[in-house]
Amino acid sequence: MKFLSNETHINFMSKRLLAGVFSTILIIVSLSSLVMQGLNFGIDFTGGTMIELGYQEQVDLNKLREDLAEGGYPEATVQNFGSIHDVLIRLPVIETQNMAELSNEVVAMLQSKNETEIDVRRVEFVGPQVGDELTEQGGLAMLYALIGILIYVSLRFEYRFAIGSVVALVHDVIITLGFFSLARIEFDLTVLAAILAIIGYSLNDTIVVFDRIRETFLRMRKGESEEIVNAALNDTLSRTLMTSLTTLLVVVALFMFGGEVIHAFSIALLLGIIVGTYSSIYIASNTILAMGVSKEDLLPPVKEEDENVNPDGSQV
Amino acid sequence: MNRYPLWKNLLVLVVLIVATIYAMPNLFGDDPAVQISADRSATVDLDLVDKIETALKQAGIDYKGIELEDNKLLVRLTSADSQLRAKDILNQTLTGDYIIALNLAPTTPDWLAALGAEPMNLGLDLRGGVHFLMEVDMVAAVKQALDGYGSDLRLLLRDEKIRYKQIKVEDQQLIVVFRNAEDRDAAENLISREIDALQINVAEDTTDPALVMQLNEVNLRETKRLALQQNITTLRNRINELGVAEPTVQQQGENRIVVQLPGVQDTAQAKKILGATATLEFRLVDFDSDVQDAVNGRVPPNSELFYHRNGQPYLLNKRVMLTGEHVINAQSTLDPQSGSPAVSVTLDGKGARIFSNITRDNIGNPMAVVFIESKTETKEIDGELVKVRRQVPEIINVATIRDQLSKKFQITGLDSTTEARDLALLLRAGALAAPIEIVEERTVGPSLGQDNIDQGFASVMIGFAFVLVFMLVWYKMFGFVANLALAANLIFIVALLSMLQATLTLPGIAGIVLTVGMAVDANVLIFERIREELRNGNSPQSSISAGYGKAFSTIADANITTLIAAVVLFGFGTGSIKGFAVTLSLGIITSMFTAIMGTRSVINLIYGRQHKPKLSI
Repeated sequence: MKFLSNETHINFMSKRLLAGVFSTILIIVSLSSLVMQGLNFGIDFTGGTMIELGYQEQVDLNKLREDLAEGGYPEATVQNFGSIHDVLIRLPVIETQNMAELSNEVVAMLQSKNETEIDVRRVEFVGPQVGDELTEQGGLAMLYALIGILIYVSLRFEYRFAIGSVVALVHDVIITLGFFSLARIEFDLTVLAAILAIIGYSLNDTIVVFDRIRETFLRMRKGESEEIVNAALNDTLSRTLMTSLTTLLVVVALFMFGGEVIHAFSIALLLGIIVGTYSSIYIASNTILAMGVSKEDLLPPVKEEDENVNPDGSQV
Repeated sequence: MNRYPLWKNLLVLVVLIVATIYAMPNLFGDDPAVQISADRSATVDLDLVDKIETALKQAGIDYKGIELEDNKLLVRLTSADSQLRAKDILNQTLTGDYIIALNLAPTTPDWLAALGAEPMNLGLDLRGGVHFLMEVDMVAAVKQALDGYGSDLRLLLRDEKIRYKQIKVEDQQLIVVFRNAEDRDAAENLISREIDALQINVAEDTTDPALVMQLNEVNLRETKRLALQQNITTLRNRINELGVAEPTVQQQGENRIVVQLPGVQDTAQAKKILGATATLEFRLVDFDSDVQDAVNGRVPPNSELFYHRNGQPYLLNKRVMLTGEHVINAQSTLDPQSGSPAVSVTLDGKGARIFSNITRDNIGNPMAVVFIESKTETKEIDGELVKVRRQVPEIINVATIRDQLSKKFQITGLDSTTEARDLALLLRAGALAAPIEIVEERTVGPSLGQDNIDQGFASVMIGFAFVLVFMLVWYKMFGFVANLALAANLIFIVALLSMLQATLTLPGIAGIVLTVGMAVDANVLIFERIREELRNGNSPQSSISAGYGKAFSTIADANITTLIAAVVLFGFGTGSIKGFAVTLSLGIITSMFTAIMGTRSVINLIYGRQHKPKLSI
């Protein structure tokens, strides 16, 4: 099986304008959704109570809603979770209520209205003060990760590469967040972790491409920057696709078999890997070209391995 | 040629063997067990083992064995059902100072255990249990400290005959109001000489001369630290009373405590007991003044108005005879006379002395037992949510002192046996130094825990299988070698988690799944390079060598940047996120070893000696 391993000569960079426009549209759509309706934050960030219950029989959601409203919790929202026997009840922070006790009261109330025993599968309560802290820390964590990466890439490559990789990362993060905002999928702590993992993954991809671009710049003495980038992208194409494919395979396994609790997590990863692969080809390389990276910028080579340099004197 | 020196091959082999040994304990399951440990004075010894054996045999409960270790006994049972029954039986047989808790005991074979190999810990989301984050009310802690200094001041000023109008605590400040400036200045001198914990300011804007005092920096910090420490101790005591095996009680930040109780089923009770701020006070009833007057607002200066549970008002002496802190033991019982629920209380030496003196002087007078509970409510004030804490004192019992009481006595007037049991437990475990509030709870029921394990395991295995097939089809022999490395990588991750005794959580499993995908990347990079070199017409041997050589710095760069993201995640992490960061970081590191050194070693063994091998790639 080698249908991709023959040398490819796709002119990626001829589509760079198109890609730029496409990404810009995606980002505009994502940002407007984020600004207009924001993210559907889970209780990890907003504070509140979440109760997952397992019933022995099929659950009538409408009756459950009525029961909750009658029991004094009209603000509760109810949905099936994973199966028709399981429900997820969400309660916002309620004033004049001891929030820590709330879940017990709700469960006791529902149990009294149900003949068979209800299995309390999960309770999560997050106080409003904790939620606020998490939101702040989460934003900071993303910022720190980006800064750390910016520094490392600047040291190892060159500032234009660093900016290129961070532009690609921000691109990936905004589009993933935008998707979560548009699709109204709940954004909880695990999704935040997935986004940080995407930052790592997308970067991994970008670095591999950059490494090759640098190498090609130093090896090919003639040629436009665009040609050189193209050559590098073609050289790494089969690797990029292989890695994305294997990673996608395991994430699909996670999505399908990992259970409801990490569903949103796997969706974020799936999307992030696809967007990350695309961005390392189009966005990252696009950015460094737009900033006018040239051979001179990469001399003297930062790289330790001299064997990557042609012996015909391209290294001073 | 491509030959690894012997030491490199040996290194790979030795690391693999060690990792396999330390990963192995995870293959063996758990026995349901009951854990018995000694509290306070009791000892765990062979006599106890005999006692337990007899009790279990009498009840007809099969057990696998009893192990004695570090002042702890572990009774291994055959099923979860007999585990619950055994716990009940032992609770009845071993009264007193034993903590009896349900536990899961790993069935690691002795020879593995002798090497220090243990299975990794499962997180609460996998084994079920409760996680609480509790916040200590530091404002209340400071107020208590100031109240204490307030009483000291009263005595001090009286001894020195300095007259004052009022002593009060307001907004984290202790305020003393005087009649004239001379008194104030005299008091200022006295206080700065006698109490060095307070920072004294002369109030300028009040009508009467006054001193405004705050805890100084050092004392403030010390007060908060102490409040946290005492609360941690009290929580530990309470958890011991609840009977939880392997609980975690840890400080987090300046004013928070993390409590993790694996395997707790009745979370409602756990929550109630841990957060309870109830305490007891014994006070004499003021029968000289008129209660009705007090209800109408004219409370005598040395008395306070309280209400009985049944709604009847009582005037009680302001002075508290005794508080719950002098209680060394408390058991719920039934009152022999009325048959109603009661708590029998044993006092410590000091408490007994105080109690016997006061009761001797007050025979024939009524005494009240006040039950004080503090309740938290969230209220909206000026558009902001503010927590308001209220003390709810209630008289549970008023009885005439018939005899001089001392060390042991009974409290009656409780509503139910449950209430008696909880009160006894709280009195035994001690009061919280400052009120505490649950600000985060994560409970996972046992059924979901098992589902999470099953689903997590399934997704790892299926994802793993996908990748194996894919690599084999794509890179043939080289793919096979990469698959070996991948399997080794899984073993390494599990071994490291077990050695570090890290906790595996569901997000941690997700991290492992992700590393499986990413570990392949290093091999893909190498193999693609080798193909490229072959295409360029290089010899197989030099292609292998160049492939590994050129891919290395790319692999390192890519992994280090991912590691940066993982480290940030770890630093940010609350529990579950940390689990993800740990497995992701470990996976990245181990994959560097397996994907580069591991595969090279095998590839060299296969192709290294041949002159012009035909590479199956």
